[in-house]
Amino acid sequence: MIIKRFLRWTDDRIGGTKFTRKALDKVFPDHWSFMLGEVALYCLMVLIATGVYLTFFFHASAQDVVYTGSYGPLRGQHMSEAYRSVVGLGFDVRAGLLIRQVHHWAALVFLGAIVLHLCRIYFTGAYRRPREINWFIGLALMLLAIANGFTGYSLPDDLLSGTGLRIAYSVLLSVPVIGTWMAYLAFGGEFPANDIISRLYVIHVLIVPALIVGLLSVHLAIVWRQKHTQFRGPDRTEDNVVGSRLWPTYAMRSIGLLLVVVAVLAALGGLVQLNPIWLYGPYQPASVSTAAQPDWYMGWLEGALRLFPSFRIHLFGYRVPEAILPAVVFPTLTFAILFAWPAVDRRLSGEVDGPDHHLLVRPRERPRRTALGVAVLTFYVVLFIGGGQDIISQKLHIALDTVTVLLRILLIVAPIAIGALAWRLCRDLAVEPPPGDGDPDDVGRDGGSDGAPDAQLGGSAARRSSTFSSASARSSSSDASSTAISESSAPDAVRNSSSSLRWIDDT
Amino acid sequence: MVALLVAAAAAVAFVVVFWSGGRRTQLEGALLALAFGGSGVGLVVWANHLIGGGEQSEDRTPLRATPEEIRELDAELGRGEVIARRVWLRRSAVAAGGALGIALVSPLRSLGPSPGKQLLHTAWGDGVRVVAEDGTPVAAADVPADGLVTVFPEGAVGAADAQAVLVRVDPSLLHLPRGRDSWAPGGLLAYSKVCTHAGCPVGLYQADSHELLCPCHQSSFDVLRGAVPVSGPAAWPLPQLPLVVGADGLLRVSGDFSEPVGPGWWKA
Repeated sequence: MIIKRFLRWTDDRIGGTKFTRKALDKVFPDHWSFMLGEVALYCLMVLIATGVYLTFFFHASAQDVVYTGSYGPLRGQHMSEAYRSVVGLGFDVRAGLLIRQVHHWAALVFLGAIVLHLCRIYFTGAYRRPREINWFIGLALMLLAIANGFTGYSLPDDLLSGTGLRIAYSVLLSVPVIGTWMAYLAFGGEFPANDIISRLYVIHVLIVPALIVGLLSVHLAIVWRQKHTQFRGPDRTEDNVVGSRLWPTYAMRSIGLLLVVVAVLAALGGLVQLNPIWLYGPYQPASVSTAAQPDWYMGWLEGALRLFPSFRIHLFGYRVPEAILPAVVFPTLTFAILFAWPAVDRRLSGEVDGPDHHLLVRPRERPRRTALGVAVLTFYVVLFIGGGQDIISQKLHIALDTVTVLLRILLIVAPIAIGALAWRLCRDLAVEPPPGDGDPDDVGRDGGSDGAPDAQLGGSAARRSSTFSSASARSSSSDASSTAISESSAPDAVRNSSSSLRWIDDT
Repeated sequence: MVALLVAAAAAVAFVVVFWSGGRRTQLEGALLALAFGGSGVGLVVWANHLIGGGEQSEDRTPLRATPEEIRELDAELGRGEVIARRVWLRRSAVAAGGALGIALVSPLRSLGPSPGKQLLHTAWGDGVRVVAEDGTPVAAADVPADGLVTVFPEGAVGAADAQAVLVRVDPSLLHLPRGRDSWAPGGLLAYSKVCTHAGCPVGLYQADSHELLCPCHQSSFDVLRGAVPVSGPAAWPLPQLPLVVGADGLLRVSGDFSEPVGPGWWKA
């Protein structure tokens, strides 16, 4: 009743009834993997809420103070005001430790959800036209999330994060020509300088979050406008969306998911300790702790720094710093390739002006793309493991150098082997000629009204037939039984029957 | 309904626990989790089993403009051609915009001092006494046989770039680079504690293999041969200090490090 009156009231002033009605009617496809992005969104909400609370207690100051608080072992020690305020947050503020740990856990899960979301988008081909813009925005969001994770991690000014900042300073130094200037301007002078904590704070609570919220809004608006992709299935075509209506089913479920995400983060923050900075102690440039690892999302860079072989190169008469290849060139390349991927994929699949794709593919239907993705993921997982090579060496009692060499070999071999395995697995799983191996998205087009250029269709049909014939050659079943499978798979096959028939003609 | 009631109860319990004071992180976390989780599960079950509604289908409407709309837009854009026509006016505007852009980023210069030659030098210099982390002068006899002592130049205790480590080895094992024969009085060696790889403190010393180890990325350096890197990602030796034992038995240096300390930048 109140809601109705409120809507009437706003409509009298700014209109919007039509929009609200259409919005409530909007259909969202249901699939568990579509929730990964939502989980990231809800983590961000938790991050903002807990983060605002933390700002009430955190003092972003490098000023040297002597600790006199309630935690005995640190009493009388020199530390920065920033570190003291975070220790105080843990010991003297009610629920302060809980909120700080929930905040930190939310950041870890946030990035986890983002990476899984990225994988989902990649393996189902959801980045293809017309969704390239959201692929770019999503990558920018991931970069910003990593940046904010690192800056937030560095704020407490504890021994572990201070060491991380020292490495970041070295990485800045290693940039050609402007490296020393970048390092000096960022830190306000030669390391450790005094300005970095207060600057990171502004970056962490203002600049990056503003960018994240802005880009995320565009990200979601584009999803809203383009409508979500969906997997193939009964009655699902390139021209419709099948799923639950926003109101009330989808909204209820999504709010439910939000609450469950908060619950999981609260449980983690309350029950699973992480980053106990009071045990690490305040940062002192001459101190360091062993078995030091960064947050998980920096693990690939840590591994790259550890596994990259040492080299001495002089270029144009200058000594090339060691950090530049693993810590500057490599991550730059990583993101450059990710950003370029939709274009590369278009080129590889011959869809330069290609058709729009609203139906997703299953990973098995694209053995090569899936294998490439799996191989790349394996590469980064090995790097991540390399970030803890000292711990492996300790636990398994293997000499450190042996572990390093093994990991270097694994870094090359594992992606190839596991990628090949994934390829093989996809081929075997996809033997039943699906309602559309090859290029299933064209299948929907065949039935659609606004057909793609004929040349396009012809090209993809040819590709399709070759895939199909090789698949049937390997499979024990005859063409006839393959047809039976494709027809038995429900109404979809009926709609695609024309294209199915054409495959058989081709073979 | 059960889930929602549990949630309500847990939320009330959280408030009670919070107001009763004390730091009960685990209990508070668990209660919050119950409160949120109960509500969430309740809503999802409600949505899935009680509301239903089945699968709905909605058509995708093409977002693309029709050719006619595109022509209309082009016509509107065409009005802007008067801007392009005045070439020199347009170029002046671009120049003004570019200059303004440069003017706007130039305040970034205030963020820090010029690197200058600061990176090349530390507080060490001829005659500077070696002091420990508490500022007390270090005597040659203070350095244990297999141990490692972190030291600073007198007057700059805690300086990140000047930190150094002292180790003592058997002088007969030494193979120092040429010109450093007198830098290790009595087998005492002083090296920069800043790793040449990524700048972490080289804080571990394995006395039996005479290697300094950086715990960050596992580079190790052979102290007998001028701290050349033995394994790991570091490529350059740790800079060495020319140590001198004074008449009073206290340690001094006769100059700055053999090289600029820490990881490299693009230096000639």
